[in-house]
Amino acid sequence: MTATQVRDGDPAQMLAGNPRRRAREKLVKLMMASAALMSILISFGIVGSLLYRAIQFVFGLLDPNDNDLAESRQPIGLGNLWSDQWAPRFFDFDVKTLLFGSIIVTIVAMALATPVGLGAAIYLSEYANPRVRKILKPILEVLAGIPSVVLGFFALRWISPNLVQKIFDAEGQSLLAAGLGVGLLTIPLVASISEDAMRSVPSALREASAGLGARKKTTTLSVVIPAAVSGLVASLIVATSRAIGETMVVFLAAGASGNSAQFTVNPLERGSTMTAAMASQASGTDGTISELGFNSLFFVGFVLFVITLGLNLIADRFVRRVRQVY
Amino acid sequence: MALVEPILRRDTSERVKQQIEAGGVNLPNLFFKYVLLGSLLFALLVIGILIVDVVGDSWSVLSDRLGIFLSNPTRTSADESGVFQGVRGTFWIGIFVVVFTFPLGIAAAVYLEEYAGDTRLTRMININIRNLAGVPSVVYGILGFTIFVSLLKGVYGDTGLSRGNTTTAGGLTLAILALPVVIITSAEAIRAVPASLREAAYGVGATKSEVIRSHILPYAAPGILTGTLLSLARALGEAAPLILVGAVQGKLGPKTGFFELSQLGEKFTAMPIVITDFAKQPGDQWQPVTAAAIVVLLLVVLGFNAVAVLLRNRFEGRREG
Repeated sequence: MTATQVRDGDPAQMLAGNPRRRAREKLVKLMMASAALMSILISFGIVGSLLYRAIQFVFGLLDPNDNDLAESRQPIGLGNLWSDQWAPRFFDFDVKTLLFGSIIVTIVAMALATPVGLGAAIYLSEYANPRVRKILKPILEVLAGIPSVVLGFFALRWISPNLVQKIFDAEGQSLLAAGLGVGLLTIPLVASISEDAMRSVPSALREASAGLGARKKTTTLSVVIPAAVSGLVASLIVATSRAIGETMVVFLAAGASGNSAQFTVNPLERGSTMTAAMASQASGTDGTISELGFNSLFFVGFVLFVITLGLNLIADRFVRRVRQVY
Repeated sequence: MALVEPILRRDTSERVKQQIEAGGVNLPNLFFKYVLLGSLLFALLVIGILIVDVVGDSWSVLSDRLGIFLSNPTRTSADESGVFQGVRGTFWIGIFVVVFTFPLGIAAAVYLEEYAGDTRLTRMININIRNLAGVPSVVYGILGFTIFVSLLKGVYGDTGLSRGNTTTAGGLTLAILALPVVIITSAEAIRAVPASLREAAYGVGATKSEVIRSHILPYAAPGILTGTLLSLARALGEAAPLILVGAVQGKLGPKTGFFELSQLGEKFTAMPIVITDFAKQPGDQWQPVTAAAIVVLLLVVLGFNAVAVLLRNRFEGRREG
């Protein structure tokens, strides 16, 4: 460290320090600030890239260009947004097909993940002794690390033949199988955030409850869970958002082929979600799709983005009190 | 009253004594506990089934032709297909994430925790980053596509890369995807540094950057490392953004070198995409190869995860108290 000379005079001068160090401080601060501002750039980039072509899509419907009209052999208008299938190649842009697909998959996923995730979290936080917890919690986190393609393959090759087809006599690919796969994916998310929420409940509350004579079950159900409820709700909302945004499991296991999907509310049938439709579109053969069809990808992406953003904002209000992990 | 009191007292105390000493099984409580344990074990069981199933499926490939499997490019027949290009793609994507995201993410976290005041702007940036962490990965794919494939198409014009769907594009897209989580976990780790440490450093006259460099970052390093490793593992397992950016599914052409830097400007694929492609093939003969590719990816991803969790457990124990 540089030694400052002791000199009489202005105290501010004496404490100010080496000008070179001060300049370096300014530089470091600038560099760090620009790093933080990157995140704003990214947000603008995302919204921009979605909106740019999503708007083009809507305009393309309202005022179709000649190429698209020729290819579709039918009039094009906003009416194309309502039909019985999502098939961009045939100019069927029934968004509700994808929306319902996403909803069904998410409902199935949350039906699986909520009880299992919450149950596991309650056990780990309230009942498990520290040594057991030290072993089991990391294993659960391992499940969190499994990539979604792997779970998609598992849903296709194990869940579907061994569970869905056996019990329900469904086809080889179904929204149900995909939903179960997505559910497996979100179990660790629910468990992790819920467990953090419950562990942050002060033990004084538990002790007071025990002091009144309540057993563990009563304490857990009547004291701990109500105290942690905002964190628990947050975990469910975050998990729902993740489930809606999940692509690969549905892409592999829900069976929409050739970038088209029929409208259905039956989870035993094949279908597609917003995310899988986007992936299908992007992996289709290039050059054979109309501009309108191509832009539909961005339109769906925009709808998806708005939905997940809304859910995340709501969850953020709840999760502010609980540590966010993933 | 005087007669009843002793009776009441004795009655109650006996009943309490009975309850404490009786040691009987309280059915509802036990049931509850085992239902909870059941859900935990269910989750663990499913992981077990998944891993056993995948490893079992892949055994024929891994035991017989591991070397060939790792060094062959993707081919049209299941017996000859290998994952070389996938491993290479995943490797270089990892490099992009490490080089781009780690420094940027940690710097941003340092700024947000140490330099930025509690202003409206800072709060907005924080909310913004948390939202970015929750954006679906496909949307990052769209961002990557727009920036690297669409906008830069003009730049690529003469180089024969007509579409811009290069390794670089894929790597940078995933680097952007990993950035918010790195920022959040690093910020958390920095926030956990005790104030006394900071104040002691300032007290001996260190400037802000010196305090950060010599006290805060070393203390927060384990937490930061955990977060970055987890983020890297997640990025390496993502397929959707790569599909959007134009990773090649299926045959990618002849095999070229692993460390050739010129490859960064060429079409590419990665392990998750290879798995997707294999998994989509009809029939059963691709199943073992898919499973083998999954094992390779899992080793990498779960490996990073395990290291991160072990690190965190080890340092969490040390920090407490």
